[in-house]
Amino acid sequence: MTYTFLQHYWCFVVSLLGAILVFLLFVQGANSVARSLGYTEEGRRLVYNSTGRKWEFTFTTLVTFGGAFFASFPLFYSTSFGGAYWLWMLILFTFVLQAVSYEFQNKLGNILGPRTFQFFLTLNGILGPLLLGGAVATFFEGSNFIVEKNNLIDAGAITPIISRWANASHGLDALLNPWVLVFGFAVVFLARVLGILYVMNNVDDEDIRSRGSMRLIGAAVPFLVLFVAYLVHLLLKDGFAYNDEGIIYMEPNKYLTNLLEMWYLLAILLTGIVLVLYGILRTISSKNYFGGIWPAGIGTVLTVLALLLCSAWNHTAYYPSTADLQSSLTLENSCSSEFTLTTMFYVSLLVPFVLAYIVHAWHAIDKKKLTKDELQGDDHAY
Amino acid sequence: MFNHLLLDIDASTIDWSRAQFALTAIYHWLFVPLTLGLAVIMGIMETCYYRTKDEFWKQTAKFWQKLFGINFAMGVATGIILEFEFGTNWSNYSWFVGDIFGAPLAVEGIVAFFMESTFVAVMYFGWKKVSPGFHLASTWLTGLGATISAWWILVANAWMQYPVGCEFNPDTMRNEMVSFAEVALSPFAVSKFCHTVTSAWIIGAVFCVGVCCWYLLKKRETKMALESMKIGAAVGLAAALLTGVTGHKSGMDVAEVQPMKLAAMEALYDGGTEQGLKIVEGIEIPYGLSLMATNDPHGFVPGINDILNGYTTADGKTEISVDEKIERGKKAIAALSGYRAAKFASSDDGSIAAAHLKVLKENMPYFGYGYIKDKNAMIPPVAINFWAFRVMVGMGCLFILFFAVVLAGAYQFPKALWKKRDITALPAWHYWVAIALIPLAYIASESGWLVAEFGRQPWTIQDMLPTWASVSDIQSSSIIITFFLFLILFTTMLAVEINIMLNQIKKGPQL
Repeated sequence: MTYTFLQHYWCFVVSLLGAILVFLLFVQGANSVARSLGYTEEGRRLVYNSTGRKWEFTFTTLVTFGGAFFASFPLFYSTSFGGAYWLWMLILFTFVLQAVSYEFQNKLGNILGPRTFQFFLTLNGILGPLLLGGAVATFFEGSNFIVEKNNLIDAGAITPIISRWANASHGLDALLNPWVLVFGFAVVFLARVLGILYVMNNVDDEDIRSRGSMRLIGAAVPFLVLFVAYLVHLLLKDGFAYNDEGIIYMEPNKYLTNLLEMWYLLAILLTGIVLVLYGILRTISSKNYFGGIWPAGIGTVLTVLALLLCSAWNHTAYYPSTADLQSSLTLENSCSSEFTLTTMFYVSLLVPFVLAYIVHAWHAIDKKKLTKDELQGDDHAY
Repeated sequence: MFNHLLLDIDASTIDWSRAQFALTAIYHWLFVPLTLGLAVIMGIMETCYYRTKDEFWKQTAKFWQKLFGINFAMGVATGIILEFEFGTNWSNYSWFVGDIFGAPLAVEGIVAFFMESTFVAVMYFGWKKVSPGFHLASTWLTGLGATISAWWILVANAWMQYPVGCEFNPDTMRNEMVSFAEVALSPFAVSKFCHTVTSAWIIGAVFCVGVCCWYLLKKRETKMALESMKIGAAVGLAAALLTGVTGHKSGMDVAEVQPMKLAAMEALYDGGTEQGLKIVEGIEIPYGLSLMATNDPHGFVPGINDILNGYTTADGKTEISVDEKIERGKKAIAALSGYRAAKFASSDDGSIAAAHLKVLKENMPYFGYGYIKDKNAMIPPVAINFWAFRVMVGMGCLFILFFAVVLAGAYQFPKALWKKRDITALPAWHYWVAIALIPLAYIASESGWLVAEFGRQPWTIQDMLPTWASVSDIQSSSIIITFFLFLILFTTMLAVEINIMLNQIKKGPQL
């Protein structure tokens, strides 16, 4: 294994985790439409209990995504998290609210009342995907930071910090970029699409399923408009490239070039998009088809994976700086040492085993669809 | 080019970053030990159900699992913030040692956290969906996942106390891992894990016994209370004894690699051989500290002044003064600067860079001291360390006695002593004492963390990187806002959790 292979391998692992995380945002998406999808108190409870059996997967994937990014590309962790402080803090804040909301909302002694926690779930359902989507969009649009490693040897400095944000907004400035918002809202509506598809599959309830088809159109149309708009923008925009000496420069149509030069990514991207469309369209057109979450979910993973790899492979700066081009992060200049990447490579071989038991446990819990009757007899129901 | 743009943050950024991390860690540790402790207790109860098929054990296990569930979410929620705060608030740290420190966090996620979160769902919702064997396995795997998670987090923390398995790379300007085994199996990490996890079992056990005592006080659920109490007290006694043993090993580790922390724990300014262990100021156990620190009643233990001014141990090993360390640290930083300048200069044929590299390597063990301006900054907060250590040890001893008495009472052993007494019908104050011990167990446990973390100050990584070289470049006002946001959020959620927990206990099991 060469160092370059390991860098690309870990980029793949982190991108795959990111792609799975976007799929698992169906939890947030369903929560954001729980009020209209569930319609009645009983229906809403069904929706929350359906997503409530999966929220820990989303949470765990987010944690593992962060841990894997830290281990493999510590300069990204240092620069983005320390710089875009407010963006990440808001993301964390909404996820913390979500984590406690399921367990607390309907428990005896909940002094804040169930509606408070349902509001938290809705808030996380909208802000979580929006901000995570916005953070991902900065991989293409750039961020306002500077990295200077020589600050470490300034012993006279009070704090010899190597990276900083070049303005005082600490990440919130990203939300002023309309294309970041376009991508962020595309993720919000994608999460809703996936959430509706998931609930329709997981809950055996005539009312929710019939309402789901209608709500699906309302989420799918804005998602497709926003996604296509961003995709066209991405393919036409200049990208952040670097040469063999590590010098970063702007290259016209870089991301289009990447997809053409890495034809397999283009194939993955197109397959993903087709699967998402298939999942949506078949669910809308067929009254008896409720398995749309699977093609749409797999399609989402493939699409996001292809986009993330397109942002980093083929001599592309994956975390570009708009304040100082040469501070941009590439796989080469931000990764861990060869020893650490090799060690972590062996650890990553456990992933298929982990996936196997997750699938087994998921299947065991979900083989019988959730019903109102089951909730009445379940003393751990949310 | 950008050297001087970055250095305008104020000192309060450092203090507020520390405060925010401490706040999150303290809250996180209110929830995690109960998760770890109850996992063992409810695992044993469900095993009883699996073996006997007695519905009583099933309902008992479900009752404790319900309390586990109420607590679990808050542990998860506060944990994610801790992980990301390394990036948000300690970004320089994340770069300087991320090559080593990131690995345990990633392994935790892949190996432990997924196990915990997958099987906890089966444990909650799988009673009617999976076989009893699968459910039992899921309950134990939930606890195992939480324990493995603790392992990797404590490996990471132990590495901050005793950095091993790494080397500084002057080309990348960071420390890099050279031995994963040394990091993952560091003796410091092993001791820390054993001590921390067994102390967490104490909290689970005290909580269990305390709740049982409330039922006995109210003369309700007597059978469930008595049987749960037997399991809780047995786990608690074993845990308290193990915590004592592992605590002694941890103390020896600290004496070896963090002598300043030990000196602060003892408020020992001038050390020497045959040092006594202070119970409180003025009362001490003769030879106790030497014995604790070195396993030898005549062993040498340095004090704060010895460490600042340099000392020679009984076996002739010389430790240089902090002033000398600062000088050598500055030499290391200057050599690194010279190395980087020479490396990028076209005029150097490699000899100048090599000379700087040689100086850097000779002084690298003191690199972190190069950032120290005042040697007195090396002294951790003595009063906090001194009293927190005493609270932790004192409460630990009390718990050994407490669990021994409860266990003896529950099993009526020896019979002669208990023949006229029934532990289910004692005077009320007995039960109130047990209930009052629940918050004290938390105070003892948090005190342990205060010793561990305050004792390491001013270092984020012992002798390698001080706090002011670890922080992110953020205005203190931003951190103050997030500090209070988290304070309000965590405190509110804690209040909600306690109220829900009390209501659930009042409701009781469905026997």
